[in-house]
Amino acid sequence: MANNEAVLKMNGVSKTFPGVKALKSVDFKLRAGEIHALMGENGAGKSTLIKVLTGVEELDSGEIYLSGEKILAKSTQQAQELGISTVYQEVNLCPNLTVAENFYIGREPTRYGKINWKEINRSAEQALAKLDLKIDVKQKLENYSVAIQQMVAIARAIDYKARVLILDEPTSSLDKNEVEKLFIIMKKLRSEGMGIIFVTHFLDQVYEVSDRITVLRNGELVGEYEAESLPKIQLVAKMIGKDLDILSNLKKDANKEQNTNANDTFMSFNGVGHTGTIEPFDLEIRKGEVLGLAGLLGSGRSELARVIFGIDKADSGEIRVNDERANIASPIDAIKRGIALCPENRKTEGIIGELSVRENIILALQARNGIGKTISRKEQERIADEYIKLLNIKTSGKEQLVKNLSGGNQQKVILARWLATNPDLLILDEPTRGIDVGTKTEIQKLIIQFAERGMSVVFISSEMDESLRCCSRMAILRDGRKVAEICEDELTDRNVMKSIAGED
Amino acid sequence: MKKLFNSKFLSLYITIFLFFVLFSIGSVLYTGFFSLQTFLNLFIDNAFLIISASGMTMVLLIGGIDISVGSVIALTCMLSAYLLELKGFNPVLVMVLMILMGAGFGLIQGCLIHFFKIQPFIVTLAGLFFARGMTAVISTDTINIKNKLYTDISNYRIYLYDKSFISIGVVIALIVISITIYIAHYTRFGRSVYAIGGNEQSARLMGLPVGRTKVLVYTYSGVCYAIAGIVFSFYMLSGYTLHQQGGEMDAIASAVIGGTSLTGGVGYVFGTLFGVLIQGVIQTLIMFQGTLSSWWTRIAVALLLCMFIMIQRLLTIRKDTGRKAKFNTGKKAKQLKVKA
Repeated sequence: MANNEAVLKMNGVSKTFPGVKALKSVDFKLRAGEIHALMGENGAGKSTLIKVLTGVEELDSGEIYLSGEKILAKSTQQAQELGISTVYQEVNLCPNLTVAENFYIGREPTRYGKINWKEINRSAEQALAKLDLKIDVKQKLENYSVAIQQMVAIARAIDYKARVLILDEPTSSLDKNEVEKLFIIMKKLRSEGMGIIFVTHFLDQVYEVSDRITVLRNGELVGEYEAESLPKIQLVAKMIGKDLDILSNLKKDANKEQNTNANDTFMSFNGVGHTGTIEPFDLEIRKGEVLGLAGLLGSGRSELARVIFGIDKADSGEIRVNDERANIASPIDAIKRGIALCPENRKTEGIIGELSVRENIILALQARNGIGKTISRKEQERIADEYIKLLNIKTSGKEQLVKNLSGGNQQKVILARWLATNPDLLILDEPTRGIDVGTKTEIQKLIIQFAERGMSVVFISSEMDESLRCCSRMAILRDGRKVAEICEDELTDRNVMKSIAGED
Repeated sequence: MKKLFNSKFLSLYITIFLFFVLFSIGSVLYTGFFSLQTFLNLFIDNAFLIISASGMTMVLLIGGIDISVGSVIALTCMLSAYLLELKGFNPVLVMVLMILMGAGFGLIQGCLIHFFKIQPFIVTLAGLFFARGMTAVISTDTINIKNKLYTDISNYRIYLYDKSFISIGVVIALIVISITIYIAHYTRFGRSVYAIGGNEQSARLMGLPVGRTKVLVYTYSGVCYAIAGIVFSFYMLSGYTLHQQGGEMDAIASAVIGGTSLTGGVGYVFGTLFGVLIQGVIQTLIMFQGTLSSWWTRIAVALLLCMFIMIQRLLTIRKDTGRKAKFNTGKKAKQLKVKA
């Protein structure tokens, strides 16, 4: 059905943000009348590609052609006028206005400067009816579910006579029926000759509607594939960056966890879940092991960590720590039981840039001790010095402000902060993201060392290599559910990827 | 359906209902309270506040704030008095000049807020100090306005029914608030204001002229304050450094009691009218009571403000939990995915 006429062509598009090369000379081609999935893990460059295309960001080099004509959108408004409409992941409409208003805002039909409300309501109703959406358009948008808001956003995007429609994670807040409805609409638009770029993390959905798949990794183009000829497991391999054929025969890394005394359970979960983020799961964390949590972005890895640490209070099941029933309702409870968490987002949830290295390291210890018990300056300096040395933090001194350190060293400071509390269980969420290779290996080594000394570690990483190297056991998550647990003997990338992809 | 309808106008209904309750209480307790003139006096005494609060409502709707109101009114009064009495300017020319000054004042504030991305609170705080300072620079003494046109307007009574009357200021106030209602609810510009107040990022992504709208809103409110100043000078017939000290807070209070949200995008200009009237009726009640200090008005307004902010908060909380519940049922369909 898809003809070969390219409605959109991007040639050698590059974009650099301070410190990161977000896109490295990427080519992308979208044909009229096709649904084209854009895939890649976090930081692969998908959203940058879309931002460049829609004029939110300016590209450094490269060319974009729309129907053979060279274009350069400088704003979303311009892109819209050219025929490129975007529906973003978070519904970008105004919840305080009515549905009809959202549909027509900025281009309301007026008579002598007065808005023609009747006309607006009538034609908005018609446009929505085309998508089988029969709702009261005079109600405020916020009174409707996210799914309907999403549909309204799509209807609005289409109404701009779009030739290219970009759907950025449109299904992440929809339930199954709603997703199906959306797919019917997408297919209908495809048959009308529209080119649709579909960004999603749901592999099943990709195969359900897409004709073609483009995979990005680390800002580089991995390749463009026909959806039919690319098996799911191959797609995962391409996204994560492992070539299965070469690596499946490889033995596991030799230096991996020799500790066999790791049989005592530190923490166990029995049917624990948190409504809305993660479905009930069973899990055991043993002393002195590195337990990996694997899954694609959004599969529930971080959400599971949040439950363990008490950020999201478990609303079902039973948690036991050291074989004792534990009620972990807040991070303080978790800290008191010897649990520590290095969050995923270093900048917003981890470091406090305006404080010194010493002050950052002391924070968690101070929090556990309570405000009443102060730690003497001398003691603070001793602890800071100890960890700066132990973790080899490159800083001009312990009074240096953390914001002046490099990303890798900031990460080490956070690590030091939690190590200072002498935790029994350390949860690390993407501890090596955005860090240079040297520091990465250093941190990985440290993690293994700590585990050997009897600390339990829960390790979350998007990088398969890293997880395989560090972990002795992995729990696999998919769509907010724990779907498998792989022990050391079977811990190969093929097995892990199979579970992630959901192939049996 | 019923629930939806309720939440949309609830704040507004409560405000109107409360006004009538307060007015009824006064009528029952005090003889002479229940009369058309008592009701009309609320308008006469607060005409300038209706005008300044209209401008303020627009600013709040776009998600901003403007605390220069009281000072701009004071400056308008003082400058008018100065030009009329000491320079002998034509009164009509003075009024036109004042409106231009208000527009310029608002325009500059709006530009600073938008182009330099400075918080509106800081910009208008500077505006507050500047205008108040200028007032004192013109004269630290009170200047009385004896101009014939001004005194004529001030004394003119428009009889409505029997012996009940309103002032020209009231007419101006009603015209300004009507225009504001029209702009807010029946023009593209007004709807853009709501959109930007609701979610500025979305508004920009939908291709709305965010910058232009913002600057124009501050300009419009500047004009409103100048008109409020002119009406206030009809009412007081003087220019004085300390006129309308704290007037900005009265305007904000009126808008909030009238159901406008401080976070922007929610509210009705019509509600602001009742916000003003409620404050007026409390003042009148305390006046009729006779023994309480007039400062009790402030205490009553403080309680009201707390109450209205609580109501708004409760409404949003209820909405949020409602949405969460929907999401959870969606989850049962096995298609669960949360933003990582």
